[in-house]
Amino acid sequence: MTNNAAGVQQPESFEFSSENLEWAKQQLKKYPEGREASCTIPFLWRVQEQHDGWLPEAAIRYVGDMLDVPYIRVMEVATFYTMFALKPVGKYFVQLCGTTPCMLRGSEELKKVCADVIGVQNTVTSDGVFSWLEVECLGACCNAPMVQVNQDYYEDLTPDNFRQLLADLKAGKEVKVGSQTGREGSCPAGGVTSLTDKGLYDGKGGQG
Amino acid sequence: MPKLNIDGTEIDVEDGITLIQACEEAGVEIPRFCYHERLSVAGNCRMCLVEVVGAPKLVASCAMGVSDLRPGPEGQPPEIKTLSPKVKKAREGTMEFLLINHPLDCPICDQGGECDLQDQAVAFGGKLSRFDENKRAVEDRNIGPLIKTIMTRCISCTRCVRFMTEIAGFDELGQTGRGEGAEITTYLDTAILSEMSGNVIDLCPVGALTSRPFAFTARSWEMKKTETIDVMDANGANIRIESRGNEVLRIMPREHDAVNEEWISDKSRFVWDGLRSQRLDRPYIRDEGVLREASWKEAFSTIATKVNSVSPVRIAAIAGDLCGVEEMFALKELLTALGTPNMDCRQDGSLLDPALGRESYVFNSTIEAIDDTDLLLIVGSNPRLEAPVINARIYQNWLNGDMPIYLVGQDADLLYDYESLGDGPEQLVEILNGKSPLSKALEKAKRPMILLGQAAFARDDGKDILALAGRVAQEKGFVRTGDNWNGFNILHTAAARVGGFDIGFVPGEGGVRTNSILNAAEKGEMEVVFLLGADEINVNKLSTTFVVYQGSHGEIGAQMADVILPGAAYTEKSATYVNTEGRVQMTSKATFPPGEAREDWKIIRELSEYLGKPLSFNTIEQLHQSLYKTAPHLASLNSIDVEQGGEMFKNFTMKELQLRSEPFGISIVDFYLSNPIARASAIMAEMSALKQERDRGAA
Repeated sequence: MTNNAAGVQQPESFEFSSENLEWAKQQLKKYPEGREASCTIPFLWRVQEQHDGWLPEAAIRYVGDMLDVPYIRVMEVATFYTMFALKPVGKYFVQLCGTTPCMLRGSEELKKVCADVIGVQNTVTSDGVFSWLEVECLGACCNAPMVQVNQDYYEDLTPDNFRQLLADLKAGKEVKVGSQTGREGSCPAGGVTSLTDKGLYDGKGGQG
Repeated sequence: MPKLNIDGTEIDVEDGITLIQACEEAGVEIPRFCYHERLSVAGNCRMCLVEVVGAPKLVASCAMGVSDLRPGPEGQPPEIKTLSPKVKKAREGTMEFLLINHPLDCPICDQGGECDLQDQAVAFGGKLSRFDENKRAVEDRNIGPLIKTIMTRCISCTRCVRFMTEIAGFDELGQTGRGEGAEITTYLDTAILSEMSGNVIDLCPVGALTSRPFAFTARSWEMKKTETIDVMDANGANIRIESRGNEVLRIMPREHDAVNEEWISDKSRFVWDGLRSQRLDRPYIRDEGVLREASWKEAFSTIATKVNSVSPVRIAAIAGDLCGVEEMFALKELLTALGTPNMDCRQDGSLLDPALGRESYVFNSTIEAIDDTDLLLIVGSNPRLEAPVINARIYQNWLNGDMPIYLVGQDADLLYDYESLGDGPEQLVEILNGKSPLSKALEKAKRPMILLGQAAFARDDGKDILALAGRVAQEKGFVRTGDNWNGFNILHTAAARVGGFDIGFVPGEGGVRTNSILNAAEKGEMEVVFLLGADEINVNKLSTTFVVYQGSHGEIGAQMADVILPGAAYTEKSATYVNTEGRVQMTSKATFPPGEAREDWKIIRELSEYLGKPLSFNTIEQLHQSLYKTAPHLASLNSIDVEQGGEMFKNFTMKELQLRSEPFGISIVDFYLSNPIARASAIMAEMSALKQERDRGAA
């Protein structure tokens, strides 16, 4: 299981920052009385953002108390979704897609890079900078293979540019989000092969 | 009414039921794991797949409503096939998937022999396994001393989770993780402290949740099964005692929709080890301050010598909470023959009075009617501790419907939300005057219910409170004679109480009640006190009195006794018990009383011989004949015979009330230790300690 929190040093308590608390109160107003449980996922998500990318046990109780939902119900949600981490993650949390299209396009090689640069899956490097996890499809198959680092997608990876990406992230350099090969959106990798007639785009219609 | 064609047979079924229920009505067996008729539909085990002709895929019959099926092209009723090759193959497939990760440890599994998975694998599974990978293993969880978990066996049906949430009202179990990592667990492995938790053992279709106290004790087929009645509370749950030799090995619930559905409380289920320890197995006599073993003859003679030397009015008897009607009746006959009116079956000092008619002391609406109630007022009661199974019904109705609940009495965690109106009788006066917060809701309610606990009557103004409650019930619409609704309900805590009232085991003309008996004894005015299984009284007041204790357990009452007569526990005799709604039920003898102990009515019969006042009956049949002459309704088992709209309410309107403004007390402080059998049980002691620890932690 990837989400086993056993042996994690847990903080004693958790509280929303005043900003988040304000936000939470606004969110609660969206739902009718008695339906506060609907806020479970957004709240957990906000906790995770506030708390360095993972959910401490105290936060599960905090959210449960706030929404009047039994702790076990919040726990069910937190353990069901792989996007919630129950133990600390690195400053850069690399989620590597290993599902079929990415695998066909070389994600296995990227895994080796991760193992090499970061180390064992689901463990944080000693400097706290990285941790990585293989996940299921992240929905960017057309630019496969890809990884998600914190909130951003990095696509069209090769072992080389991925290694460079990780090095740049570690060095604190600015990195380019999205395709690493300069591809525009989801265009074909070798450039456009159809609908090339410029006349199509001048507002007068094409040649026919 | 939709018409269906199930396996070639056409039947009419009720609108709105599910396909699995329709199949059951047609007499077709559908295998299932996650589906349970008393729980919500989960539809996750896929074992109940059936073929609906015309549907592209097989459908899960537990989740498909009959009204959602379309008729055939020529308007013929929807056709269901449960035996087609497609269905057979699907079942085999489902079984194969379920068995992939299920360990092959049936020989050491306590569920073996009564396991749904085992049975259905034989009936519907394939011939062999094609799986040669490693099986998944799951760590066991510690969820308390009652339920043993072997989570590798779990097939994730979630029946336990649904039961705890929907019926027991305890949101502590859940399924964490997903896919192969899914596990049933409590939050961070805390113990379950619900009074109903044992039922998940019965619900679990595999051996994942089994009874910890019963672990490795016996196989289901080697035990003798005796259908009988539970006496741990006044609900009168129907149970099955499973015994081997002369030992009760476990207690299981039986179905009775009107009483306990198919649930029993943890006390009813796990109390059996209390039947083995601290038993009185021979008569004892106090000689120079020390109890010594004696023969029956000696014991009876000692009593006779003492009784014959005192005036009859200085003799009294108190009957305890677990007594059957038979022994109370025999004792009453004997006391009457001796010429004393001093007898009481109200150990707790309750002032309910059978003279006002049965309507004044039973749960008139019946327990089943809780399901139809649209307003509940609880007065001086904590139903969660006094009758957990009844409380579960209240919880379900609260959860599913729109039943506001109000409480007059001590605040407690009752599992459902309620509005507290206050804690004393003055709140009832407010309601009567229409000044209570509940008055408005009461106007709208069509079937309101008032539930009165013993804490409301076990006080000096108990009679006035009864009168007041009667007036509230009458005037505020809790009783609607025209509508055939009587929501005036007394919740008893003692299994013996209603039966005791039915035969009038209360002070006769000039007699005194429990408290007065004890006080008189303390002053030396009462010389002989006969305790029939009475342990929940202040025995210190009896230190100078000649006490005869007849009962099954050597406990509080027996410590003070001068003569001890060993009786039978509820599993060892056939005795009549009347539950809180007035339902007459009879226990059956599952095992024999230990040692020289005897059935209680026989002891009293023999004692009467020594006292020179032989009772008129020699056999249980003769006793019953004479009993049924006094209380004819006791002859019809499993029926409730309460005359509605009787004199009771009329008497009350005239009365001038004298209320004391002290808050209502608490009837049961420790659920797990409320009677002598439970107090002798190591399992109950462990649960009680655990509960106290949890309460301390929470405070």
